[in-house]
Amino acid sequence: MSGAPAAPLASAAASPGLFDWARSMNGTALTVAALALLAAVSFASLFIGVSDVTPLDLLRWDNSDHQVRVFVESRVPRLAAILLTGSAMSVSGLIMQTLVRNRFVAPSTSGTISSASLGLLVASIWFGSASVFLKMSIAVAFAMAGTLLFLALVQRLRHPDIIVVPLVGIMFGGVIQAITVYFALRHDLLQSLNAWTNGDFSGTLRGRYELLYIVGGLTIVSYLFANRFTLVGMGREFAVNLGVHYERVLYGGLTLVACVSGVVVVVVGSIPFLGLIVPNLVTMVMGENLRQVLPATAISGAFFVLACDILSRDPALPL
Amino acid sequence: MIEIDRVTKRYGAATVVDDVSLVIPRGGVTALVGANGAGKSTLLSMIGRILHPDSGTVRVDGMDVARTQSAVLARRLSILRQENQVAVRITVRELIEFGRFPYSSGRLTGEDVAAVDRAIEYLQLEEFANRPLDRLSGGQRQRAFIAMVLAQDTGYLLLDEPLNNLDMRHAAQAMSLIRRMAEELQKTVVVVIHDINFAAYHAGRIIAMKDGRIVADGPPETVVSPSILSDVFDIDVPVHQVEGHLPSTSAPPPATAPSRRRRPQPCPARCANHPLMRAPLPASLPRHRHRPVHIKAVAGAAMIYRWGTAR
Repeated sequence: MSGAPAAPLASAAASPGLFDWARSMNGTALTVAALALLAAVSFASLFIGVSDVTPLDLLRWDNSDHQVRVFVESRVPRLAAILLTGSAMSVSGLIMQTLVRNRFVAPSTSGTISSASLGLLVASIWFGSASVFLKMSIAVAFAMAGTLLFLALVQRLRHPDIIVVPLVGIMFGGVIQAITVYFALRHDLLQSLNAWTNGDFSGTLRGRYELLYIVGGLTIVSYLFANRFTLVGMGREFAVNLGVHYERVLYGGLTLVACVSGVVVVVVGSIPFLGLIVPNLVTMVMGENLRQVLPATAISGAFFVLACDILSRDPALPL
Repeated sequence: MIEIDRVTKRYGAATVVDDVSLVIPRGGVTALVGANGAGKSTLLSMIGRILHPDSGTVRVDGMDVARTQSAVLARRLSILRQENQVAVRITVRELIEFGRFPYSSGRLTGEDVAAVDRAIEYLQLEEFANRPLDRLSGGQRQRAFIAMVLAQDTGYLLLDEPLNNLDMRHAAQAMSLIRRMAEELQKTVVVVIHDINFAAYHAGRIIAMKDGRIVADGPPETVVSPSILSDVFDIDVPVHQVEGHLPSTSAPPPATAPSRRRRPQPCPARCANHPLMRAPLPASLPRHRHRPVHIKAVAGAAMIYRWGTAR
């Protein structure tokens, strides 16, 4: 291939056997099976926690009952938040990897999440009394600006090597983080900053997670544009030939990613590397046609976070 | 019809395409040749609206490519560049299905599926249809991408160096395929090509560019001449013509040799004033065969014209 810079999309490990196996399976049946498994584990997760809530308690639905209140106020929101965050972050990582044509670029390795955290801090310092929605908008704007800055940096690289690009992203994220910590220190917000930016579902309660439904919507939107993302990922000329507006789709997709990152950072905190690992594992098996891979990525991401949450809950059970 | 009207493209101080005007009518294979940096690919990219000219207009079937909706153009004209043939892990079939994107935005109709099947069959890709692109050889991948633009079903096909990285056999196959598409499927093919031999053999018209300008334009018989080629490539290019079936390794016959043979039959196309026509033909060739059937590279830039029998 003469197009050396275009090569990075090639996955690190080609696994012909797995790919053929995945393709030989009935896609719909596989999706249904995965969804069923996810549903089963989700159901189980609803009954894991300090308070003993059993399905029987729910059958005797009594609003004043402690168990029912725990279930409605904490367990269901927790599960919804996990599923929404896991799927949305994985999908946005997948989109970013495709658009930037680099398997190692994800919101956490391109400064997007760090910028969103900075945005959240700025919003808290100067717009402390503002609504969560405004804070979230500021975080999204910062995430977008950070992503664009990262792209501008990468385009100035003399050797945009597949490894150098994410390294630059990680360093860039580090710089943003340093700035964030500096301002947090100056305003005595370091502890709050840590509390905000560490991904955490133990504090998810009814009334405090609903903004996450936005990212659920964005995930559905991204599925509608999956084909265009794949085409843009195959290069500008390829996309233009097929009548796709390259710039529009590229920046639209990155805006989508920035929105998801911003919302997740504000509501849940940052979950590093979710958007990096899950899409890589899924594309390794299923290929890179987003229409095919995106649902599987969403399900796997949700499952991954859910499994982590259950595992972490076992040794130290919070509510 | 592709109409290029006074098109100029500059990169900083360098003018890559300099005030080029050109009309390419429907049908046939047109080859763009020239040294590296002569502006061939840039010109092709501007026709295919991948690059925008600094001045001038390009019209395809009367539509200004800069103003027409990209999705509309994608049904009229396709451009395939060597660089965009990334080894993405999608299957050959999925790639070819993307050729139908301008028609159905990814939700394939029965018509789309039929077009995809036809393209697969035309390029004999059945065997590889479910294989991911990264597990194909260069030649197979090339065919997959050509199948994609075939499924795109456009009247105009712009190909930028389609023979890059192909060995001789695959290059020959790809080129005859391209010609077959022009002849059987009535496509208008414009191809940027480095190998003059392939251009002379397969193209009905050769446009030679140098320093962003067109320096020669015509049928292969007029453009493939030592004087023009040495001007285009800045290197002496002896043109050997091969008569009959035997490659002649001797010096090319003088273009102005006195004609002793019978008057050539009127040629249906293009070579009425053919300089090579004045060259003596062996008596074994009863009448003029108009098409140079094969041109083969001898060492370096030397070429042999084979003046063959009509096929």
